[in-house]
Amino acid sequence: MSSATPPTATGALAKREARLAWALLAPTVISVSLVVILPLLAIIWISFKPFTLSDLRPPAPIVRESLRGSGDDMRIEYRLRNSSQEIAIDGVSFSDVLPDGVTVGEVTAPCVLDGQQLLCDFGTLEGGQRERIRIPITVDGDLDAFEDLVENSEPDVTGSGPNVLTNLDFSLENFARVFDGSEFWGVLWVTLFYTVFGTIGALVMGLFAALLLNKSFRGQGIIRGLYLFPYVAPVIAVAFTWVTLFDPFSGSANALLVQMGISSEPINFFGERPLALIMVTVFEIWRYFPLSFLFILARMQSIDSSMYEAADMDGASPFQKFWLLSIPQLLGILSVLFLLRFIWTFNKFDDIFLLTGGNAGTRTLTVNVYEQAFAISNIGAGAAVAVVILICLIAFSFVFFRFISREEGL
Amino acid sequence: MHKGYLTGPVLGALWLVVIATTAAITLSFSTGAAFRPQVLLCLIWGAIAGLVYVRFPMRRAPARLGISALLGLSGLTGFGPVLIGADTSVQAVLVTVVVMAVVMHPSLAAILKETPFAALTRHEFEDAVIRFCTGFGYIFFTAIVVIPFYVMVMTSLKSQQALLQNPLDFSVDLNQGAALFRSYTELFRDFNFGTYLWTSFFVSVVTVAITLAFSVPGAYAVARFRFQGQKAFSRSILLIYMVPMIVLALPIYIAFSVTGLRNSILGIVMIYPVTTIPVALYMLQGYFRGLPTEVEEAGLMDGLSRLAVIWKITLPLSLPALASVSLYVFMIAWNEFLLAFMLLDDPSKFTLTRGVTMLNSSEIPRQHLMAGAVIATVPIMALFLGLERFMTKGLTAGSVKG
Repeated sequence: MSSATPPTATGALAKREARLAWALLAPTVISVSLVVILPLLAIIWISFKPFTLSDLRPPAPIVRESLRGSGDDMRIEYRLRNSSQEIAIDGVSFSDVLPDGVTVGEVTAPCVLDGQQLLCDFGTLEGGQRERIRIPITVDGDLDAFEDLVENSEPDVTGSGPNVLTNLDFSLENFARVFDGSEFWGVLWVTLFYTVFGTIGALVMGLFAALLLNKSFRGQGIIRGLYLFPYVAPVIAVAFTWVTLFDPFSGSANALLVQMGISSEPINFFGERPLALIMVTVFEIWRYFPLSFLFILARMQSIDSSMYEAADMDGASPFQKFWLLSIPQLLGILSVLFLLRFIWTFNKFDDIFLLTGGNAGTRTLTVNVYEQAFAISNIGAGAAVAVVILICLIAFSFVFFRFISREEGL
Repeated sequence: MHKGYLTGPVLGALWLVVIATTAAITLSFSTGAAFRPQVLLCLIWGAIAGLVYVRFPMRRAPARLGISALLGLSGLTGFGPVLIGADTSVQAVLVTVVVMAVVMHPSLAAILKETPFAALTRHEFEDAVIRFCTGFGYIFFTAIVVIPFYVMVMTSLKSQQALLQNPLDFSVDLNQGAALFRSYTELFRDFNFGTYLWTSFFVSVVTVAITLAFSVPGAYAVARFRFQGQKAFSRSILLIYMVPMIVLALPIYIAFSVTGLRNSILGIVMIYPVTTIPVALYMLQGYFRGLPTEVEEAGLMDGLSRLAVIWKITLPLSLPALASVSLYVFMIAWNEFLLAFMLLDDPSKFTLTRGVTMLNSSEIPRQHLMAGAVIATVPIMALFLGLERFMTKGLTAGSVKG
């Protein structure tokens, strides 16, 4: 009898299972790739293009039609203009069907009349160019009704300007601009400072808070809930509260400092150069220590208590138990939290944007994306910064996955 | 250092600094009057108190009570731990004196309990230090969490004038009745906050519904079925977790501008779920994995189809997880700021967070902004406190994201 081996080929059942699995996953896969993968590709594409906010509306010819004159001197007037002041539009023409009961006078170039069909061909319209076409007419019948008829019928316009987004011209100009000068290195330094100290600070504070609450007493649940407040509250609410609290003119924190004699005059916490960066980092620590606290507490409560009992028997002191037992047990969760929080702090945008708007030396890479794209209206440059962020993230996630495959849990 | 007569005074001195600072800040914030901790005097007073508490180990030794009372009463002179401003009301002065004495005695007694006067063992020393740190930790964390929220609520109840006059005076005149809430009435009357509240609620609920509809089948498939690309799929879900929103917001802004979805609730409702589906899927698949497969297999044996098994067995079993995920997703959608800020310009379509952002201008008084912040915070807090158990679970399961 041959030895029994498990079947290696994929059986019908397994195939059916896989089919069902993908069917269940399909909605997620489709929607996520529409909103995540596609935009990511788009942003890489845009980063190589000189694309500004005004290019969101590509240049187009605009025609206005109106009835002018009175009595015998009646005319239909078409006014045509290029919506853009700089960019030329090719193949511009418009056609319109003139209403019945109108006799058309002389039609001049570039227009021709075919029955009641008027066709005007302009070829290329330069940036800012305007054209005016007058068609003399005589009308029999009610003038007002006719005016409505003329002005309510829209002429068909053709012609399109070059769409920066879809053509195949690429340039490295955006990247050159982003990396140009010392600004980029300043931004990178601010990002690193914010990320490293924000992450470590939140971890240390979270560890401290978890140590406090790692015993059961009455009211433990309430305090745990209270300590989660900064994380659960909407970011706009807490950020604006901090701005109010530290306001140099009407802020309570400044009033307190002056009153206690720590500072002689109000400090502009979010407006001075090194201080603003420290403050946004402190805000980040304040807002996210609850998260680390929650994770570390959950891990602490799952540590086997018999280990501590054994340590007690051996006469270990409280500090020794902390350093030699708790910390090694928590090292896994601490490092996973560090990596994840590092990536997330690196990605953080809302907090700094709301606190300082990226002023006073607090512009991180993510805020720079917004600044470039919307404040300077250069979407291409913003996209280039975004691509830099993506490259950093790919590097981080490489480290992360190398690590996480060893650390189970998360 | 391991001597009671050293440890006691050092811890006592530091502890009095902590207590005096806390008392000064608390009293300043509640009365608006001038209170100032005097660090040097605190150190001296605290060291003396610490020495007395170590020397007289009896819990209610007269010397202990005496030094605490003296320390409180010294506040009446200029040489107490807390310097009280000249124009402070008599009640506030009395409160300070009593609080300093009444808080100092039991807390210092607790910190220095079982701490002998002479040589300390390592355990005794470290326990005392840990008790000191614990006390400090509770005060510190409670202060940093409570103060901003206290300031937020109290500022919203004040008038601009009073705020500029004394930014520390948060005392509220209860006699003015409903006029106390005039910022709130103005927000609801003149700034459409009723509509914003409703829009936010609507958007969040729809986001939760769509997210669950998409992520439950997906999570089940990832958790239960073996198929090619399963591992890659789980990883890419985690990877999508890590793409910053601002990077996606830029192309989404362009696409929505071109297609005309910008400035519409439909656009927001389309985009929010996609940001939450990966989180929800990740959380749910973890939970589904933990469910016993035997129950489901029994269902299959009895002739139920896979989908019927999910509907009739798995989902009822995972109601707690669904509650956690729903709450977490609701929180993300409710608090979302960036997309609402970029995609909505028309004040009639604002969500609450976008509406509050609008209040951040120099023409609108600060108390309106804070009232807006309170309106945005209260519903999510109420939900959080009411369902804390689910919320905490949801946060631990999925919120590596921030």
